[in-house]
Formats: sequence, structure tokens, C-alpha cells
Amino acid sequence: MFRRTVAVALTAVAALAVAACGSNEVPASSTAGPAGTVTVFAAASLTGAFTQLGKDFEAAHPGVKVVFNFAGSSALAQQINSGAPADVFASAAPKNMDQVTGKGTATTFVKNKLEIAVPKGNPGKVTGLKDFADKDKKIAVCAVQVPCGAAAKKVFDATGIVAQPDSLEQDVKAALTKVSLGEVDAALVYKTDVLAAKSKVEGIEFPEADKAINDYPIATLTKAKNPDGAKAFVDYVLSAQGKAVLTAAGFDAP
Amino acid sequence: MTLYADLQVSRAAFRLDLELSVDPGEVVALLGPNGAGKTTALRAIAGLLPLTDGRIRLGDEVWDEPPRVFRPADHRPIGVVFQDYLLFDHLSALENVAFGLRARGTDKHSARAAATRWLETVGLGDHLKTRPRSLSGGQAQRVALVRALATTPELLLLDEPLAALDASTTLHVRAELGEHLRRYQGRTLLVTHDPLDAMVLADRLVIVEHGRVVQEGAPTEIARRPRTEYVAQLVGLNLYRGTAQGTTVALSGGGSLTIAAPTSGGVHVAFPPSAISLYAEQPAGSPRNTWPAVVTGLEQHAHTVRVRLDASPAGPGTLLADITPAAVAELRLTPGQHLHATLKATEIQTYPS
Amino acid sequence: MSPRGSRRIGGRVPLILLLPALLGLAFLLVPLLGLLAQAPWSTLPSRLFSADVGQALKLSLLCASAATALCLFLGVPLAWLLARAELPGRGLIRALVTVPLVLPPVVGGVALLLVLGRRGLIGERLDLWFGFSLPFTTAGVIVAEAFVAMPFLVISVEGALRAADPRYEEAAATLGAGRWLTFRRVTLPSIAPGVVAGAVLCWARALGEFGATITFAGNLPGRTTTMPLAVYLALETDPDVAVVLSVVLLAVSVVVLACLRERWISGLR
Repeated sequence: MFRRTVAVALTAVAALAVAACGSNEVPASSTAGPAGTVTVFAAASLTGAFTQLGKDFEAAHPGVKVVFNFAGSSALAQQINSGAPADVFASAAPKNMDQVTGKGTATTFVKNKLEIAVPKGNPGKVTGLKDFADKDKKIAVCAVQVPCGAAAKKVFDATGIVAQPDSLEQDVKAALTKVSLGEVDAALVYKTDVLAAKSKVEGIEFPEADKAINDYPIATLTKAKNPDGAKAFVDYVLSAQGKAVLTAAGFDAP
Repeated sequence: MTLYADLQVSRAAFRLDLELSVDPGEVVALLGPNGAGKTTALRAIAGLLPLTDGRIRLGDEVWDEPPRVFRPADHRPIGVVFQDYLLFDHLSALENVAFGLRARGTDKHSARAAATRWLETVGLGDHLKTRPRSLSGGQAQRVALVRALATTPELLLLDEPLAALDASTTLHVRAELGEHLRRYQGRTLLVTHDPLDAMVLADRLVIVEHGRVVQEGAPTEIARRPRTEYVAQLVGLNLYRGTAQGTTVALSGGGSLTIAAPTSGGVHVAFPPSAISLYAEQPAGSPRNTWPAVVTGLEQHAHTVRVRLDASPAGPGTLLADITPAAVAELRLTPGQHLHATLKATEIQTYPS
Repeated sequence: MSPRGSRRIGGRVPLILLLPALLGLAFLLVPLLGLLAQAPWSTLPSRLFSADVGQALKLSLLCASAATALCLFLGVPLAWLLARAELPGRGLIRALVTVPLVLPPVVGGVALLLVLGRRGLIGERLDLWFGFSLPFTTAGVIVAEAFVAMPFLVISVEGALRAADPRYEEAAATLGAGRWLTFRRVTLPSIAPGVVAGAVLCWARALGEFGATITFAGNLPGRTTTMPLAVYLALETDPDVAVVLSVVLLAVSVVVLACLRERWISGLR
């Protein structure tokens, strides 16, 4: 009886020793590889593209899970600064990124352009940006406090067009909703939004859009709980596969 | 014009089927136990409840005749005093009384003047601006009465008008109400379960049990000759039904008793509880109506004790006797005790059933 | 007359009620204190009297009051119907009345657009026949606020009607009053405390309304930008301003509600 117990104990110790030796022999790159959960705070306009990217990323890195929090960039910035547990922040405006990381630490990964969105069939017969000054047309633009509104202001300032909006929307999705329901004849939204809602909305490109190119910065956060996972995700976004997904969603390369 | 009402109302487990009429100047009391259908009858006449069948008319004016005619309450020339008065709390006494006049189209000024006069006639001239909740029970009752009378209705309906008052004020208010009703020229229908209210206030009683009229007549007539146990109890009499043959009545509930004047056929016999005497031993000389009896209950009344007895099989199954507290002490009465009950034949009322 | 508000005797509150009660009060008040602590008091007056704030506040008060009036006009009869009329499927109707309470206000706004919007079921006709469309107008704000706030009024008034004794209405009928007169002179006064309480709730809800308003009526200063909308947009750029606006909205609503309670509810009970 006593003998057997000792034998079992010895075997167990031996097994542990082998396992310990074995782990020493595994290459270092593999231990540092991503694992666990990566929490990504991303601008609402990235919802479609990033959801797809997240799935691709998880497929490429088994055992990693990506969790998203999509919202307005300024709200996300406030949440992060108030201690929300984020590993990666992808903002729709450099300003909000700067509030979180300080200037110049983020990488611009895509650009987005404004486009005129009109309801299917263009019932208001909108042809270009000058229609935004037409009082008889129902017009929505974003409020100047939110990124798409700031961009719109830049465009109007640059072109000298005095817009006559009927509503200053609280975010780009709200502006898009008004278009898709036909409540307004036109709204200024991002090209990506038009693409995402293409069943109900038509886009009209206009040359002045170049006056307000929107840079989207992305960064890993210094307080990240999963810095390896964060870095891997950002790398994936910047990779060729990532670019393909983002371009398909209507974003321009930086 | 007489009010005729053939009231037929069917509800889930209840059926009201009674006929009554009220002449101008007459006060008719609808008297009956709780659940007899008195309030249903009043609501039907008031137009708050449509008849299932039958007819209500005042002279030639039909108020309700299913299925063709139904005049809602606000189109009947009535005044109602409800059991708890239902005075409008957000209006003053004056506005309560003026309400009916205003609703029937009198202008504001005249309505208020008339309401003031009405309140003065019942001695409430000082309470014109008082809210109902600040009035005493008797005052509220008077406001309710003049509110109902102010529109000079053809028919005044009173639903237990004294039930909400405490005992000390009832006496006074009842007398007062009687005076007002005597002065009122229209028809009055009074609904009550209190025999005293009915006897004092009404010219004629209509007694209702289980939705039907069981007896009808002048108060004195009914007090003397009740036809149902309920009425007998109301007026404080022992009442039995039986078959007479000569001076012997075979009671339909078993037992028999002897009466003074010979008669025959179906009869009611009634006598007051004071006509019964109780003895511990069989009395000597043995009067004819003497039965062995068992005490089943004792009840203290003002100056007498009411003894509930079971005199079967020789006598009536339930027998009420009023005796003095001294006699109770002497007989050492306790429930279950056996003794002998004697009834004086001369105090028995006998009338055909 | 007996004195109202007689002295309370033996008013000792058991600890088991007192503790959660105080916790509850704290739970409601602490976020307020947080706002007040954050408020930039030194610059508050200058921000307060800026034209934008005045405009938004005026619009808020106007729209909330108009919405309350609309709710009273439509909601009291609806409550009466629910409480008094013999309706088939009354339970279902009552549940439907509370839908705006459950619906996220933004969804409520979209629903309103689908019906009253320029392309909506009814809105399309309005636009076609009268050239009138509700979205992006002050009237649209009122409609959105009324939609969200009306359940508060209906529920409150219906409760009052159920508690009221219908026999008073019968008494009025025997005095010759028709249904409308009875409703006006007997029913309504007897449920006045419930109506006022409902209207106050309704007004408060309308004053704070954001989601349905911004979705249905959009956001344009002077026309549809009410205080909550201004607060939301200020929060995007300048949280200090948002705090100031919130404090103003709070102060005004607390003052109005306190006055109303004083005037009506205590006066009637």
C-alpha cells in the first residue's frame, strides 16, 4: 500500500518536471501572441466595417475574442478618460483621439469624405451642394458640435455656401435616418454611411468634399489590460486584409 | 296623476317583480330586509337602471317600457335623497341645492335665489357657503332633501334617508322629515329597512321580500296583522299560519293553539310576546294554551327580557316571550332550561290568510 | 370648519422603512448634487443669460406646457373612456396606452415620422393637401413631447376616475344633469387632484423629453432646440455648458413643480 502511494507521487513529480522543461523550449514569439479578450472602442461610423474586421481577426487568432463598444467619438473619449476599460480606441476625429492619448501618438488608418445623401429617387431634385442654401428644400446637416457637423461647416466655409438647414442632427446616423425616411431632401453624411444605407439612400459626390477630409486615427491605449491583443488588433486593421474590408465599406486609404 | 310602476328586473341571481303606485301627496314606504330589492326598485324608478320588463308611467307619461321607451334619469321629473346623501363636496350647500335648477335650465341668479330660500326653509340660512363635509349629519340630510325638492319634482325618492345618522339625532330628524313630507305636494316613495321610519313617515307600506310584495296597507293595519314572519318580527309579534276548526288552530309548523272566537279555514294567528307567561312548574288550573318549552335564547331589551323558546311539539316551534328581569331572576332562566309557557287566548289576533 | 393638516401623533417611522427610504432619497439626489458640484459657478451668470440658453429655455417651457395642454385635451377623455365606458378589450387598450412608456423615445420618434412625417401615412396627406408638415417645426416638438408624456396623464386620471364614486354622477343625473354637464361639474372637480398630478407628471416628462423630440422634430435653435437637446449637444464639446443648462432646467422645473403642488395638490386634498 505504502509503496504504491510513493510510486504515484514520484510519477506526478516527474510529469511536472517534464512539463516545465517543455515550456522552456517553446519559441518566445508564441507566448507573446494575442490571447484573451480585446476591448475596442470605435466610432459609430465604423460599426459595419469593424464588426467584419473583428470576425476576421478572431478567425486569424483562435482563442482571442474581440468586444466592441460603438458610439460617438466624443462620448467614447469621455468614457475612456473616465476609466472605461478599453484596449483600443478608433476615433472618427483626431480631436477626440488627442483628448485620450495626447497629440501625435495615433496612426491614421482611414479617411472618410462627406457626401450628399438623398432619398431613393431624389424627390427633392438635389444636384449639388448649392441646394443646401435653398430654403424651400428640407435639409439636415450634423450639429457643429459633432464631427460630421464640423466637417460640414468646413465645407460650407470653404465654398461660401450659406446652408439653410431645417435640423442640426445630433449624429450622422440621425441625419441618415431623416434621409432614409424621406423627411429631408438632402443631408450631408459620410460616404461610408451612404454605402451602408444604399437600399434607401442615394449618394451624390461633390468636389468640395475634399475640403474636409476626415482622418480616422487608431491607437492602443496605455492603460490597456491586454496590450498584446490590442497591438495585434491594430496591426490587423492596418494590414492588407484590414484595408480591404475598410475600402469595401467606402473608406479611403490615408 | 298617479305614478304606476310594474317593476320587473332580472339579474344574474335576482329577480325583482313588484307593482306599486303612488298618488299625489301620498308617502309610500317600501319596507323590506336587506337584499329584498328595495334599492333596485328605487333605481329603476329613478332611471338609473332600465327595466327588463314591465312599465313605469306617471299618468300617461311613460318613463320606461322595454324595449321601446327609456327615459334616462336626467329626463325624469324626480328628486332623489340618497342613503349617504351624495352631496357634491366641491360645491357649497347653496351650489348643491342650486345644481338641479341650473341643470334644468334656470339662470344662475334665480337658481341661487331659490336655493337660498330652500335652505332657509330648513333652517340652514347660515350655512349657504358651507361645504358638505363641514355639515353635521342632520344638516347634510336637510341639504340633500332640499336639493332633491328644489326642482319641484313630481316624484320624490328617498333611499334610507335616516340610515346615515347616529341614533341620538335620528329621532329629531325623522320628525322634521315627516313635516317636510307632509308639506310636499308630489308623490313620495321611501325605501327603508327600518319599520319605525316606515310607520312614522308613510301613509302606506309596501313590504318587499325576495323581490316581491308580500303585504301592503296602512301602517296600523300591518302592525296589527302581519302576514309574514319578517313583518311579524318587524312589528314585534309572534305570527303563525294554520288551519282553524272551531276554536282550535292546527299550526302548519306543527302543534296547535286555542283561540277565543271560532272560525274555519286557513288563518294567520298573531300575538305580542307580552301575552306569554312562563312557569317553572305546570301551572295549576292549566289554561288551554299551555305548552312545555325549552329556552333557546335570552335578549335584554329596554325594560324587558325577550326569551326565545321552542314549544314544539305541542306548541309553536319558535316562540317569543317578553318577561321582566325580576321574573328572569326568579326563574333563574338559562338556555336549555325546560319550563312551561302559557298564552292568553284573548290576546290572539286571528285573520284569514 | 375642522382644521386641515391636523397634528400627527405617534409619527415614529420604523427603522426598516426609514433606512431604505433615506437611501432611496439619496439615490435620487446624489446625481443632482454631482451636477451642482460640477457647475462652473463663477461663469454661470454670464452663460445663463446668453441668448441661446434663454431661447432654449423659453422654447422648452412653451412646448412642455403646450404638450401638457394637448395631453389634457385628449388624455382626460381617453382616461374617462378607459375607466367608465364598457369597452371590449379594455385591458389590451390600457396596455397599449402605456406603450410610449416602454418604447425607447428615439423609436417613438421614428414611429411618429412614419405616421406624421412628410412621407408618413397621415403626414403625406397633410403635406399634399395643406402643404403642412410637422417634422422640424415647433408643433412637431409639441407632438413628440405629448406622445411620450400622455401615458402619465392617462394613467393618473384613470386611477382617479376609478377611485371616484360613480354614484355622484348618478346623483347629478337625478338632478337633471346630462352627461357632459355631469362630467364637467361633478366628475372633473372630484378627480381634479388626480388630473393635476397627472398633468404635473406629464409636464415634467415633456420638459425633459429628448429622444422622440430630436428624432421627430430635429434640432434647430429657436425652433426645435429645447433644453435637453441643447444639453446633449453641449455635452459633445463643452461639458461645462451642459452642466449649466442642466442646472437651469432643473431649477426651473423644481420651482414650477413645487409651486403647482403647493397650489393644487395640497389645496385640494
